[in-house]
Amino acid sequence: MSSKGFIYELGSDGVAVVTMDMRDQPVNTMNDEYISLMSNVLSQVKTDICRIKGVIFTSAKRTFFAGGDIATIKSDREEQAWDRALDLNLKIKRQLSELETIGVPVVAAINGAAMGGGFELCLACHRRIALSSRETTLGFPEVTLGLLPAAGGIVRTVRLIGIEKSFAPLMEGKKYTAQEALELGLVDQVASTKDEMINDAKDWIFKNQNAAQPWLVKGYKIPGGDAFAPNNAMMLSAGPAIVRKKTKGLLPAPEAILSVISESTMCGYQSAMMVETRYFMELLKSPEAGALINTMYYQMNEISAGQSRPKNIEKTECKKVAILGAGMMGRGIAYVTAKAGIEVVLKDTNLENAALGKEYCRNLLDKQISSGRMSEEKSERILSLIHPSENDNDLKDADLIIEAVFEDLDLKLGLTKATEPFLNENAIWGSNTSTLPIGLLSEGLSDAKRFIGVHFFSPADRMPLVEIITGELTSDETIARAYDYVRQIKKTPIVVRDGRGFYTSRVFGCYIDEGLHMISEGVDPVLIENAAKSAGMAVGPLAVMDEVELELMRKVGVTNKELDERLGENFCKIHSQMQAHAIKMCDMGRSGRSVKKGWYDYFDDGSKVMWPGIKEMYGGQTEIPFNDIIDRLLFRQVTETLDCVHRSILSSSRDANIGSIFGWAFPAHTGGAIHFIDWFGGRDAFEVRRSELVERYGARFELPDSLNRILAAIGE
Amino acid sequence: MTTEAIIYDAVRTPRAKGKADESLNEVKPVDLMAGLLTSIEARQSLDPSRVGDVILGCAGPLAEQGGAIGKTAAMVAGWPDSVSGMQLDRYCGSGLEAINIAAMKVMCGLESLAVGGGVESMSHVPIGIGGSAWVSDPAISTQTEYIPQGISADLIATIDGYSRNDVDQVALSSQSRAVNARKKGYFKSVVPVVDKAGRTILAEDAFIKPDTTMDILGGLKPSFVKAGAMGFDDLAIAKYPRLASINHVHTPGNSSGIVDGASAVLIGNETVGNELGLKGRGRIVSMANVSTERLIMLTGPAPAARKAIKQAGLTFDDIDLFEVNEAFASVVLRFIRETGVDPEKVNVNGGAIAMGHPLGATGGILIGTVLDELERRGARYGLCALCIGAGMGIATVIERI
Repeated sequence: MSSKGFIYELGSDGVAVVTMDMRDQPVNTMNDEYISLMSNVLSQVKTDICRIKGVIFTSAKRTFFAGGDIATIKSDREEQAWDRALDLNLKIKRQLSELETIGVPVVAAINGAAMGGGFELCLACHRRIALSSRETTLGFPEVTLGLLPAAGGIVRTVRLIGIEKSFAPLMEGKKYTAQEALELGLVDQVASTKDEMINDAKDWIFKNQNAAQPWLVKGYKIPGGDAFAPNNAMMLSAGPAIVRKKTKGLLPAPEAILSVISESTMCGYQSAMMVETRYFMELLKSPEAGALINTMYYQMNEISAGQSRPKNIEKTECKKVAILGAGMMGRGIAYVTAKAGIEVVLKDTNLENAALGKEYCRNLLDKQISSGRMSEEKSERILSLIHPSENDNDLKDADLIIEAVFEDLDLKLGLTKATEPFLNENAIWGSNTSTLPIGLLSEGLSDAKRFIGVHFFSPADRMPLVEIITGELTSDETIARAYDYVRQIKKTPIVVRDGRGFYTSRVFGCYIDEGLHMISEGVDPVLIENAAKSAGMAVGPLAVMDEVELELMRKVGVTNKELDERLGENFCKIHSQMQAHAIKMCDMGRSGRSVKKGWYDYFDDGSKVMWPGIKEMYGGQTEIPFNDIIDRLLFRQVTETLDCVHRSILSSSRDANIGSIFGWAFPAHTGGAIHFIDWFGGRDAFEVRRSELVERYGARFELPDSLNRILAAIGE
Repeated sequence: MTTEAIIYDAVRTPRAKGKADESLNEVKPVDLMAGLLTSIEARQSLDPSRVGDVILGCAGPLAEQGGAIGKTAAMVAGWPDSVSGMQLDRYCGSGLEAINIAAMKVMCGLESLAVGGGVESMSHVPIGIGGSAWVSDPAISTQTEYIPQGISADLIATIDGYSRNDVDQVALSSQSRAVNARKKGYFKSVVPVVDKAGRTILAEDAFIKPDTTMDILGGLKPSFVKAGAMGFDDLAIAKYPRLASINHVHTPGNSSGIVDGASAVLIGNETVGNELGLKGRGRIVSMANVSTERLIMLTGPAPAARKAIKQAGLTFDDIDLFEVNEAFASVVLRFIRETGVDPEKVNVNGGAIAMGHPLGATGGILIGTVLDELERRGARYGLCALCIGAGMGIATVIERI
């Protein structure tokens, strides 16, 4: 069926049904086209006003309405663009305001997802009836892109359900089902079929000919009162602290939304609408919104669309995966694979270990059952897909082998060689390594084209990223199949090329390494940890070492040294501080969190205190500007990322940005390790600051080539 | 300064816990205040028509305490229409600010006689109930780095390294000194609160806990752990990144009590005193306002004291007695550390930890308390200082006559 815009059909019962079906786009969105469609509907209703009883908005698409059109926002970040955005916003608002006062009842018959602007349209209607289906999700995702719902979404939500209930839907970007939205008061009614929904809508129209928005009725009071009602005032005084605990003050959107929630209650309806718009415009101009839209919207979409996947290869489906090694990583990978409905052979050297791995999956599922997020049946279905094994014969039907044994080159090579005879000839071999070069490992397989790295992060059941590492000989088909598998298990793939430490381990190590440079210089360790948090890193470099375990880092260091000798390289140099300190700490018995001793001392009550020995060893009296600590930690990661681009380990900014945010929690508000440069103020500002860091703190901050040339390599 | 501002009288109500059904809860805030005005009139056989202005501090100037309560109280006290009145809010510094302004009016010749003081019925108008842009408006509180005072007090303790034991010692000392002073009748400025029939409702400070011990104090739970965990600790640490955590040492036992109370100080020039036969008890020597770092907030008293002392041409050694409002124990410890004064000269008869801090009234209470004690000891100079929201501080130096 070809799309026709907004189809207006006035029935003999006097009800006009507007079916939204915008031309040349898969979903309905708020853009210039929408303005003219809505304008036509409004004039038609006014023309027919004497003979119609009401209006119903519904959709011909799979979704009801997808929201604001990000394309209208991104195109360019110039003054004229801001003017256009403001103009569009005000037009949308004027139309919705006209709709809610048009003189006949207006019902939103929500037959699919209504997100952001789509739900704001619903809020301008007098009644919201949602179809109870899996597809019907409602909510305000704007905050996740650094924006706020600016088509009256905040103002109307607060006036509809009050301040207290508005926090979660507006500030957390949560999606609600029709039923949840009903309980929250965001919709008025839930229908189980489309016919029921339309009939209910008509029924309501016939019975409520004088319908009006409650907030436009004289004597209206906001449920729960305005911002200065005692309960609200109390919540709003703690609100900013609660927000900042999460955002460290680095994300302006939640703060702005909180402000609009509060301030919109302290003035008239039209003024509240302007308050909302003015905060929106402020956010729109923020580097954070630019960063989030770039990375979390556009680049995330590129990854979903397979931009880093080899083209011209049919989409593949993985049916059976064999996982070698039922340790921490192996069992986690088994869990996420089975959860996606893929059969799993979980093989270990003995059946008992393999069974323990399955037990681990059962525990994860049991936790979800007890919290009501999983049904017994589904859990059993998932578990029935996991086959513990100690027998190589069980590998024969697998499409994909994921080797997740200890990081030992000879062990892995031996295992690959020994296992190959049992494999299906089409199977591809993925190694879950974070250290060993894919080129070396692939020597274990007679056909290196079928060898690839699939680096999961720990714990695999929670970490969303998988770093796919292509060896020199890895075929496009192998890459495509690995990519499709990662998508199949609903994780986010990035594709990088083989190189020591690949991308994520290499750069993450530099973050830690820079923290330790400062420790060695005698900078106060507490200051370093706090600066890391102020920078937006989830965990400070010292705390993260304890979590990863210093013992593990020491072992990785040994492996890297051996690799350096074998390959005639000097990779160890970039993580020299990390390796030296890991050895030193382990020698003192401070090998990490598991032994309750690392850079911190850990206590039975779950608390931790920084180990006083650090200051005894290093002083902690050296004074450097706090901002230098922050920038050293961040720039070290960014310059190393640029080095990865230079070395062709990275071939796109999306892989760099997404990989950094989801791989090791690089601060999302910057848009990731490459977009950071834009967020920081552009290439010139970045280069000025980087030169300062080179001058003050050393050649680690040097780039291997000019910034422009490096970025040109990835088309930036 | 051309004219001296002379203190002719200083009175206060006793203080009682500021909660429903406690002894002063049945008394309206205006009545608390009017009772003091009436008592000054009686004690001094004062012709109230000679009073030009009644300036009152009140940190919760709304509802019953709203609307220029100085004027309302003057009318309720039966003072003539010619007496003007106002209310001002400088948070906890309101009462002392009111006295300072009354003194300034006298000094500059604008008034010959005025009342300064304050009133706060915290049982009627609970602290913070009205909200404010600073505290309740998310955009403003974010921009201005608002954190609750208790977190600031704990922040001072963390930075200075005051242990729970250190702050509890301050509390114990406040209690034992207050018990002693009350028993020996040192609080001459206390005027009983009476009902319309003239019967006493409360005659003495009721908030003091004579049986307190270090064990009891040590057993109290810290008050600001929860607020800290909500995110306020993180805000404090973001500003003071050398701290790994905030040490929450303040409890209801070592923080000022929430109480009901009022104070009034009669200030005038020498001429009016002679004319009315009033006996001068002290003179206002100097006064100062300062403002310090907003987030740590409670560090104003020492710099305010320094400024006022300098203004008076004196040194810390010249001051015989210091009244530093015990908003929190760490505030007093910080004052002592920063000024180096002898702790035996500070809050010698206890303070707000033992007797309570009726926000806007406290400044006037401190003036009365220090004046009583200067007279008892025959000493000369006293200094009153308070920490104030958002980092401010206020101090006044007085001299016994």
